[in-house]
Amino acid sequence: MRKFLDYIIETVIFICGMLSIIFVVLIFSFLLKEGLSFFKDFSFIKFITNQFWYPNSKVPSFGILPLICGSVLVTLGACLIAVPIGVMSALFISEIAPKGVRDILKSLVELMAAIPSVVIGFVGMVTIVPLVKNIFNLPTGLSAFSGSIMLGFMAVPTIVTISEDAIRSVPWQYKEGALALGATNWQTLRRIVLKAAMPGIIAAIMLGIGRVIGETMAVMMITGNAAHVPHSIFDPVRTMTSTIATEMGETVRGGMHYKSLFAIGLVLFLITFIVNFIADLFLGKNKNL
Amino acid sequence: MPKIEIKNFNLYYGNFHALKDISISIEEKRITAMIGPSGCGKSTLLRSINRINDTIEGVKTVGEINIEGINVYKNNIDVDFLRRNVGMVFQRPNPFPISIYENVAFGLRVNRIASSKEIIDEKVEKSLKSVLLWDNMKGKLHKSALTLTLEQQQRLCIARVIAVAPNIILLDEPCSSLDPVATRKIEELMMQLKDNYTIVIVTHNMQQAARISQDTAFMLLGKLIEFSKTDEIFTNPSEKETDDYVSGRFG
Ligand SMILES: Nc1ncnc2c1ncn2[C@@H]1O[C@H](COP(=O)(O)OP(=O)(O)O)[C@@H](O)[C@H]1O
Ligand SMILES: [Mg+2]
Repeated sequence: MRKFLDYIIETVIFICGMLSIIFVVLIFSFLLKEGLSFFKDFSFIKFITNQFWYPNSKVPSFGILPLICGSVLVTLGACLIAVPIGVMSALFISEIAPKGVRDILKSLVELMAAIPSVVIGFVGMVTIVPLVKNIFNLPTGLSAFSGSIMLGFMAVPTIVTISEDAIRSVPWQYKEGALALGATNWQTLRRIVLKAAMPGIIAAIMLGIGRVIGETMAVMMITGNAAHVPHSIFDPVRTMTSTIATEMGETVRGGMHYKSLFAIGLVLFLITFIVNFIADLFLGKNKNL
Repeated sequence: MPKIEIKNFNLYYGNFHALKDISISIEEKRITAMIGPSGCGKSTLLRSINRINDTIEGVKTVGEINIEGINVYKNNIDVDFLRRNVGMVFQRPNPFPISIYENVAFGLRVNRIASSKEIIDEKVEKSLKSVLLWDNMKGKLHKSALTLTLEQQQRLCIARVIAVAPNIILLDEPCSSLDPVATRKIEELMMQLKDNYTIVIVTHNMQQAARISQDTAFMLLGKLIEFSKTDEIFTNPSEKETDDYVSGRFG
């Protein structure tokens, strides 16, 4: 009887595991099929280097360079904002703040993570956007910069929570060893604790960036949605994700425009894959250092 | 003047009175062993000497610990400088998760003892030689310290301490995670180091204390029961508790 139960449970677990793999494979092959069929009629090089995205004009032009630039610019900006703030906050929460403050900060960060992205989007639209417009004296505050701030804000909780875990799980013996050698608190934090926690911190940053790259709603509302190659971070931009989200509804199924959106998805997938791959390389190197 | 002079020293973990009015004078360039049953306060006393206990929340102290005549619990003491002069080796080897070379160089860098690569190289080599790791390790200095065996890790931790040239080395049961062969080797190392350093070692292993130390302190329930020459303690103790402990009647 117990053997039989074991058998059933094992089978259920096996099926669930297989299902999740099958789903991933299905989604990926669908993306691949639709995306690749676009490149039969349109060259890949032209797709990613052409400056003009006019999918609906008489002579359509499918150049996603502006969209790639938009995504990269907003994401990079968000990282520049979120990484230092996130890692410093994690260090502060786990190592410096007194216990009472630490608990309050931790709940605040968790609360921050729970805010839906649409809400962050519209709050940003009525606060950050006018602020950026006035401070930098721009024709419009809907810009890559505003988007970066918003996305940075969204990435911070992920970075803080996961880095904080990594920092706190550095064995106390390392710290004790460093202090006993005459290192100051700060030297111990910087040279030992941060170094020992680095794989975890990098994972935290990658997850934070992951959330940012895939983000659509907040970006769509704030970046101005202009599909041209930006000249500065204060220009309005449009990202790859928001292009897919806004235009998918208007396309004819099976048409060039429709397929081009899948092709964008494929490029996005490629970029995320490369980022993850680099992160893995880095993590692997760190492990057997 | 004794190297370390502990005078009426008391330590509290919150409300728990862990060290009770301890007084002891430790002489230079000798090995002093601290023995006693587990929980009697040996580690606590050892960790009071370099003030590493300060890092534990709720620790209060009363009394003095003088090193070369200066009370290290005085207000304006530079604790980082104290810890550099009073090195410590812990119960479990705790090399940093960085390369062998960087483990030894760490103390040199943080204390700004050396900054040029040649001098650091030279001091790393000298320290590793003095713990007999150099010949095996010289080609592998950039491997992670965590790849070493436990004995090698403990040697590395000793090398790391020696590199910053302390006067005193405190060891808290340094062999408790090692096998008998490795233990003997570490003991031999300590006996060599005795000529240049003042060594205080905590051990719950009485044979070890008898083998390597010149002086022995016996502690019980936070009190110092007896302190004298190691021979005396083991052959002719003056307190009954000491006699009972060293003859194995409790422990
Ligand atoms: N961080 C701490 N907080 C509270 N009590 C402690 C702490 N460390 C040790 N103690 C207590 O102090 C006493 C002495 O401990 P310790 O010095 O580690 O003993 P030993 O090294 O002789 O085994 C023990 O009763 C132990 O429970
Ligand atoms: Mg102990």
